[in-house]
Amino acid sequence: MAKETGILVIGEAPGGELSLTSQEVLAAGRQVADSLRQELAIGLFGDTLDAASRQAIAHGADKVYSVTHPSLAAFQVELYLSAMETLCREVNPGIVLIGRTNEGREVAPRLAFRLGVGLAQDCLEVAADSATGKLLANRPVYGGNAVAVLSCNYTPQIAAIRPKVYEPSEPDASRQGEAVSFPVDLDASMARSQVIEVVREAAEGVKLEDAGIVVAGGRGLGGPEPFADLEELAKLLGGAVGASRAAVDSGWAPANYQVGLTGKTITPDLYITVAISGASQHMAGCSGAKAIVAINKDADANIFKEARYGVVGDWAKVLTALTETVRELTQD
Amino acid sequence: MPIKIAVFAKQVIDPEMPMAAFQIDSAAQRVVTPPNIPPVVNGFDENAVEAALQIKDAQEANVTVISAGSSFALDVMKKPLSMGADELVLLQDDAFQNTVDSFFTAQLLAAAVRKLEGFDLIICGRQASDWDNAQVPLGVAELLGLSCIALGKKVEVKGDTVLVERLIPDGYEVVEAPLPALVSVSNELGQPRYPTLRGIMAATRKRPTIWSLADLALDTGLLEPRVTLHELFVPVRNAECEIIEGDDEADAGRKLALRLREDKFI
Ligand SMILES: Cc1cc2nc3c(=O)[nH]c(=O)nc-3n(C[C@H](O)[C@H](O)[C@H](O)COP(=O)(O)OP(=O)(O)OC[C@H]3O[C@@H](n4cnc5c(N)ncnc54)[C@H](O)[C@@H]3O)c2cc1C
Ligand SMILES: Nc1ncnc2c1ncn2[C@@H]1O[C@H](COP(=O)(O)O)[C@@H](O)[C@H]1O
Repeated sequence: MAKETGILVIGEAPGGELSLTSQEVLAAGRQVADSLRQELAIGLFGDTLDAASRQAIAHGADKVYSVTHPSLAAFQVELYLSAMETLCREVNPGIVLIGRTNEGREVAPRLAFRLGVGLAQDCLEVAADSATGKLLANRPVYGGNAVAVLSCNYTPQIAAIRPKVYEPSEPDASRQGEAVSFPVDLDASMARSQVIEVVREAAEGVKLEDAGIVVAGGRGLGGPEPFADLEELAKLLGGAVGASRAAVDSGWAPANYQVGLTGKTITPDLYITVAISGASQHMAGCSGAKAIVAINKDADANIFKEARYGVVGDWAKVLTALTETVRELTQD
Repeated sequence: MPIKIAVFAKQVIDPEMPMAAFQIDSAAQRVVTPPNIPPVVNGFDENAVEAALQIKDAQEANVTVISAGSSFALDVMKKPLSMGADELVLLQDDAFQNTVDSFFTAQLLAAAVRKLEGFDLIICGRQASDWDNAQVPLGVAELLGLSCIALGKKVEVKGDTVLVERLIPDGYEVVEAPLPALVSVSNELGQPRYPTLRGIMAATRKRPTIWSLADLALDTGLLEPRVTLHELFVPVRNAECEIIEGDDEADAGRKLALRLREDKFI
């Protein structure tokens, strides 16, 4: 078999459009490909992929494999995995990069096990050593208390990249690339699980993960009622409300409000935390915020080590005045 | 026939210990076990035990807890037994050091499942709070060819299928898979039950089954490390926090708003 070479991104094109995370992973892949002087390819999976294929080339791919089959129209984990495994074995890349989205977090480990190789999980940064071809991956471990630098010992070297860390490159519609159609054989009986119902609990208004300003509450709020006060401030600011896991576990806020390692990763311009201590697992989801505000009565709380602005005091008094002043300012 | 359930549970250093107690031995590339803070059963694995026991509340079931490591605090690892699990199997060997390599751990656990035979359902935590890999459950499912549902918040057995409410970013989906299956669960499953006095007494009398590497008869090629750790460090945080003061808390809140306006954040 020919020696493994090149970088292969496992892309996502829900609804036929290249996803934002795939654009980010292409940006990461482009840097790696350039430093190794190798080709950057992307695999897209679905039934109609022409638009996504053009977008991928504009975002830096040299080559696009459109892996098509009628049963890939919607994500089904075993069918997608089978298509990805076939593509990896055929293309024989040296490096595979996957975005750690809802789907990516499931397929990346399973693909690595199918190929009998290791996976660098949840990476914040990947860089290739041009002398050895080794991919060095930076990733948070121990709830964000530590950072590990890893490499994979087998090829392909696989890394799952955390969304919202890399910036997508500006699309360049004049970029040239090769589009390859890659039909696969799939058998519907490969699917071992079936989704029988989807229940969406999306909050009204601005989505937490897209909001420019987020106001989040923690255990120190003492109950569910104060979340109405947070909603009020968020509304004035055109933002969204988030919560710590302690607040979610107490039943004061729905699960999809949770920010952190096992909740949402958010990158707002402003993140206002109210009675949150700033545990590393919480900060793991919001350290990409441009500025953090801490309102906490404990001057020694860790959140003050992460925040740009802080007020030491009882949240209720601080928040009431903050909200009133914001109301005056935003009405002008 | 009772349904046979395996729960994977890992012993970890307490993830909620004070940050000041968190230290790294950079030469050895590992986290120092804090001397005065006892280890715990990984939190999500307690949720996995709870999920198994809820099934056992509804139907006849046998719950075996399996853990791999180089050394164990037996009183800690017996907690699932005192909650109501039936058996404890410890895969214990100097070779089972706690490394970042999930491939290795998955091979051990898969080998134990093969050796124990006949499981209908395996329940795991979504991730171990030390290396945060979230890989072992998915890997074991691949190695054993099981159907696999990750991130459950409710697990129910109906005949020979498992029904799982699994978390998605904006809600949850109900997924069905035939048994045998593997499910990983998250804290949204709810607070795990407390051990009862009777449970604690029963657990004291139970002895774990202990297997070493040799007992698992694994192909050595499968034990070659798949990843190399080059460096482990505590990230530096250099936020310079500006504490906004006022005549009282309300005044500080007002000044905070003005400051944020001044810096064009609002
Ligand atoms: C594997 C794992 C994953 C995790 N994932 C997440 C995650 O995704 N997201 C997450 O948030 N957590 C997560 N956690 C939990 C995390 O470790 C913390 O336990 C949690 O973030 C604490 O939430 P908190 O800050 O609201 O509560 P606490 O730590 O209890 O802090 C409450 C704060 O409120 C302050 N306070 C109290 N009263 C007042 C008052 N009247 N006025 C002002 N301030 C007041 C206190 O000083 C304190 O600082 C995870 C933990 C583990 C082990
Ligand atoms: N050494 C271990 N012993 C028992 N179970 C484990 C071990 N490592 C991982 N697991 C299981 O796999 C889940 C995910 O772990 P990980 O992939 O390491 O994050 C954990 O929540 C456990 O259920």
